[in-house]
Amino acid sequence: MKLNRRAIFGGITAGTLALGLAACGGGGNDEEGGSGDLASGEINASGASFPDAYYAAAIEAYAEVNPDLSVTYNSTGSGTGKSEFGEGLNDFAGTDSLVGDDDGVEAGSFQYIPTVAAPITVSYNLPGVDALQLPQDVLAGIFAGTITTWNDATIAAANPDATLPATAISLAVRSDGSGTTTNFSKFLEAAAPEVWTLGSGDTIEWPGNAIAGEKNTGVAQIIQDTEGAIGYVDLADATESNLVTASIENADGAFVAPTLEGATAALAGAQVEADLSYNPLNAAGAESYPITAPTYILIRTEYEDPEVAAGVKEFVNYLLTDGQALAAENNFAALPTSLQEQALEALNSTIAD
Amino acid sequence: MTATATPEAPAEVDLGGEARSRRADWGFRALVTAAGLTVLAVLGLILITTSLRASPAFQDEGLIGFVTGTRWAPNDDVFGTFPMLYGTLVTSIIAMIIAVPVSIGIALFITEVAHRRSRKYIVTVIDLLATVPSVVFGLVAVLVVVPAITPAYQGFADLVAPVPGLNAVFNDTNTGRNYFTASLVLAIMAIPIITSIAREVFATVPETDKQAAYALGATRWEMVKGAILPHSFGGLVGASMLGLGRAMGETIAVALVIGGATTMSANLFEPGNTMAAIIAQQWGESSGLHQDALIAIGVELFAITVLINFLARVVVRRAEIKMKGAHS
Repeated sequence: MKLNRRAIFGGITAGTLALGLAACGGGGNDEEGGSGDLASGEINASGASFPDAYYAAAIEAYAEVNPDLSVTYNSTGSGTGKSEFGEGLNDFAGTDSLVGDDDGVEAGSFQYIPTVAAPITVSYNLPGVDALQLPQDVLAGIFAGTITTWNDATIAAANPDATLPATAISLAVRSDGSGTTTNFSKFLEAAAPEVWTLGSGDTIEWPGNAIAGEKNTGVAQIIQDTEGAIGYVDLADATESNLVTASIENADGAFVAPTLEGATAALAGAQVEADLSYNPLNAAGAESYPITAPTYILIRTEYEDPEVAAGVKEFVNYLLTDGQALAAENNFAALPTSLQEQALEALNSTIAD
Repeated sequence: MTATATPEAPAEVDLGGEARSRRADWGFRALVTAAGLTVLAVLGLILITTSLRASPAFQDEGLIGFVTGTRWAPNDDVFGTFPMLYGTLVTSIIAMIIAVPVSIGIALFITEVAHRRSRKYIVTVIDLLATVPSVVFGLVAVLVVVPAITPAYQGFADLVAPVPGLNAVFNDTNTGRNYFTASLVLAIMAIPIITSIAREVFATVPETDKQAAYALGATRWEMVKGAILPHSFGGLVGASMLGLGRAMGETIAVALVIGGATTMSANLFEPGNTMAAIIAQQWGESSGLHQDALIAIGVELFAITVLINFLARVVVRRAEIKMKGAHS
């Protein structure tokens, strides 16, 4: 069900994007030139698929606020979004990862705007085990392939009340390169450097007991139909597929279940850099959920067309203010007030009126 | 009506004149030649542009290292494609082992056994199977077949556990996303192609050959064995090659069911990956050398397909010479 709906939606966004591009090619940008207070025209964006559900909901809600500005967001993946941003093919890009040297985006040509964050759940399929607590080094051991059965002594030690079967552990991972994988592996790297030796990145050389699926829905599907599977899935898809999630040990030694409150607590505990990038992984605070992934929008420091600039500013401003209310119902965590204010300030100073 | 019209006809035909028809002939020739050259030009351009974009990856690993390396680790900039090459060959070969006999059986049934009236319906159904988009096969496989078939795989693994050799190929598993499921999907997709060509090939066997076999007292099976199969060998190899090409290049259905592991396993019930599937899976988020390496896999797949087709042609030629020798 879920898979189909996503596919159809993807098709529709791709179609509207194509139409949008065609309209731009026609040079019809100067109609009504920003009459009144609200911007008009078309904004094309592409990038990360992780926040797609939230952006889609925000775009739909925004169409009622200002029907003259049409925004399309094509969830192509962070990598494609960044390279299209570098080539000037989109008006803003969504990305889960920071801009690297070989992403094709020039330094100084962009500004990070954090929008929402979401917990990455560790979900599993083990009939009879409804609650599971995983210390950081045990989690790393499972995904590094050094812990291979569910009744391993290290898992049992952390879960004295659970009856763990001797089932072999199967890892459910992403077959496509993914920002979710980047954040998950970065967390393991930071939390258990001695156990986790596979590095971090959007693809990981997983051990032999890994089964890979396409996108979050594919991983959720594997967990559902494989007994003994454990995998990392974003909260929205884990909730939708009714997966059982594990509580993960955070930096303060507390076991925290993946919730939006836990994610917002992690954002509040994270150190924000001058460029507005921040790292909420393994953040301090007793209530912080340790595997919380940030996501950003890249806006240009210079827009050729003032109308596009005004449109981008207006929409991103909406995301950071009224749009934040839509986050929770789509399983994303809203920004804490301090970060929200910093983001608005950066938006206003980057795109002047 | 017809009787009065006939005498006028030659006069109209004569209007063209010899010069005009020669010009038309020249034009036709030029047009057809251009059409033929287009194929070559497109193929050449694809090969040149992909090779150019792939060259950084080939240079990084070395041509041999790229093909034989067993470690695919984009986050470490290590690109060895042997596990994917292995996956492509293993799944395609198993698919052919399943699909070729079944297809030949279907084709013989249609041409020799089935009733003339039912024949039409069977052909329509088989051709319909060929038009089903591959993503549909993939989705059915991943949503229906995979969850249902896992216990069957484990049961079979338990059954052959005491048999040396077999127990390495069919070993313990807890997932239906593996080489074998991918092979099954590929086999089903290749069957309509192989069947429809095999059918055409069998139709070219001269009726006199068949009647001669019957006249010598052959049963129907002896007639098939003695008259139809030897005459059709080259065509059947060609049909199988087309099916193999389909299987090797199939992307999305395989990407859905093969499990996406970049490790290699002799156990057919373990997840793996193929060359075409990994390009589709990893393209979206790739950049830099990783993207070049994915294009390089495309070039490698192209080269291997050409090589296999070439080998098939050699096999056919050898076999035909041998058979003609045996006949005389």
